[in-house]
Amino acid sequence: MVWQFIEDRRHQLLYDGFQHVYLVVLAVVLAAVIAILLAMFATRVPRIGGAVAGVATSNVLNMLTAIGLTIPGLALVGLLMPLTGIGATTALICVCFYAVLPILRNAIVGLVGVDAALLESARGMGMGELAVMFRIRLPLAWPVIIAGIRVSLQMSMGIAAIAAYALGPGLGKDIFTGLGELGGANALNYALVATVGVVILALILDFLLVLLGRLTTSKGIRA
Amino acid sequence: MTTPQNHAVSGAEITLDNVVKRYAGQRTSAVDSLSLTIPAGEIVMFIGPSGCGKTTSLKMINRLIEPTSGSISINGEDIRTKSQDELRRRIGYVIQGGSLFPHMTVARNIAIVPKLLGWDKKRIATRVDELLDLVGLDPARYRDRYPRELSGGQQQRVGVARGLAADPPVILMDEPFGAVDPITRQRLQDELLSIQRELHKTIVMVTHDIDEAIKLGDRVLILQDGAKVAQYDTPEAILAAPANDFVDDFVGSGSALKQLTLARVSDLEFTRRSTAKVGESSTEAIARAEQAGDAAVVVLDARNRPVAWRFLRQLRRHDTIQEGDWESLVTLDERATLNDALDTMLTSGHGGAIVCDGRDQYLGVVDFDSVTGHMRAVEQEAAVHQEAAARHNAVEDDGLTAPEASV
Repeated sequence: MVWQFIEDRRHQLLYDGFQHVYLVVLAVVLAAVIAILLAMFATRVPRIGGAVAGVATSNVLNMLTAIGLTIPGLALVGLLMPLTGIGATTALICVCFYAVLPILRNAIVGLVGVDAALLESARGMGMGELAVMFRIRLPLAWPVIIAGIRVSLQMSMGIAAIAAYALGPGLGKDIFTGLGELGGANALNYALVATVGVVILALILDFLLVLLGRLTTSKGIRA
Repeated sequence: MTTPQNHAVSGAEITLDNVVKRYAGQRTSAVDSLSLTIPAGEIVMFIGPSGCGKTTSLKMINRLIEPTSGSISINGEDIRTKSQDELRRRIGYVIQGGSLFPHMTVARNIAIVPKLLGWDKKRIATRVDELLDLVGLDPARYRDRYPRELSGGQQQRVGVARGLAADPPVILMDEPFGAVDPITRQRLQDELLSIQRELHKTIVMVTHDIDEAIKLGDRVLILQDGAKVAQYDTPEAILAAPANDFVDDFVGSGSALKQLTLARVSDLEFTRRSTAKVGESSTEAIARAEQAGDAAVVVLDARNRPVAWRFLRQLRRHDTIQEGDWESLVTLDERATLNDALDTMLTSGHGGAIVCDGRDQYLGVVDFDSVTGHMRAVEQEAAVHQEAAARHNAVEDDGLTAPEASV
């Protein structure tokens, strides 16, 4: 019975689940910081090199994210292993790499999409470039960025399972155990319980993120 | 130079000296050698066909656009002596629709420049309330709202308050009232005039509406392509004696009708209508009105502001005179033009319009008769004017079209 299986391995499953979430949250937080900084840089470039260069910068980044997303997860794990060895570091880098992509995409769209009249109005009142970025652009782009983080988080839960191939922590390990012992006594239980676990945890995290989004988005622009 | 919160401070003089703006890759200059003096404490309207360089000229004053050559100074001080941000914090900037930041409350929007200037919290809060009062919005009610919870006209009012926040001597406005409906626009214009009567700022406003230019401007600058000055003069002088065919075309025909934009409601005779105070007995008010032969009564609140214009049958529904919404009643400022007055009368069900002074105090009522009476007089006057202008042009030849206009 599945329940008996869960009962017996309660502690291990809980521990793996916690590790899984920990890995993903860490990776997504890191990814969000990286992606937002990159997007800020991309939106700032037009001020340096003229509008044409600016469009090019964000387009190039968008293209890179599109290419990045086509790399199969397992392939990346394979490519990384010789460089960073087997273990948690490889898993973190791998998850983080994918996590950056949707956030970057949304952050660029959000930051570039801020109404030009608002930006001019801000500059016309004597706001410096940094103030315009942090007090106007970022808060206005925030709902779009949060949406990107949500997509990223969902995706990362799955990627993290694959990263377990490199002996990273988390529920992925249990899925691989199940797949490795296919036909064995608990094979199906391992694969099934771990997979459902990933889905449930993903839903909980998504709910928390929606809550965070509501708390950090100004009432004036909340949908 | 600025002493914030001191309303006696008047505006500063702005001088443009041979200002040129040429964009890379364009053969003709957007602005070609513009020289101009904008006197302190006046409203100067920039108007011209689209692409004539009026907005470019405006934005060069707060350095949103840097001139290719030439110099601009405010009160004799070259605007390039300070950093862009420092300069802009001392110049109010109001653009179409108010351009409020949607993620900030009304109070925070208004507080932007004072915050950048490092005012303390208490002073900012006092200033915000003061400004909301000035633009006719109840601070307690509107302070903590977000822009999307306001109507277009209210947003624009907050935009004006934001422009005035740090009490700058100079305010630049780029088609500020372009995005609101005609009745609201007229009200906003009247309010701006009454604010200006108190503050005496130097206001430079870009518009594409000749009626607005004539109504608001102490002076009107009419620009041709390349920001060439076609005429720079008082509205009266421009209407009476257009400098050349371009101005004549631009101002448009029917100058007698345009004179309606010059004449103010205060030039008219007000008629006395029955009034009633909020809270007073309805029967008494109705008796007074019936004796005077009026079908409706102007309801005034405790501060003598008109709050409603009710027919007698509406009054009969209650024992005492009910409160009304002062903000939603369309009234005319005494400085409003006859054009606005006609507009307001046509939309009111009473064949007239209530007139208030700058502090929203009730003055009286104007009706169609008072306007047509005035029009007849103006028409006769205009005929005399035109004759004089024709003689004037013949004598002075084209002397007025010189590219340099100064005061």
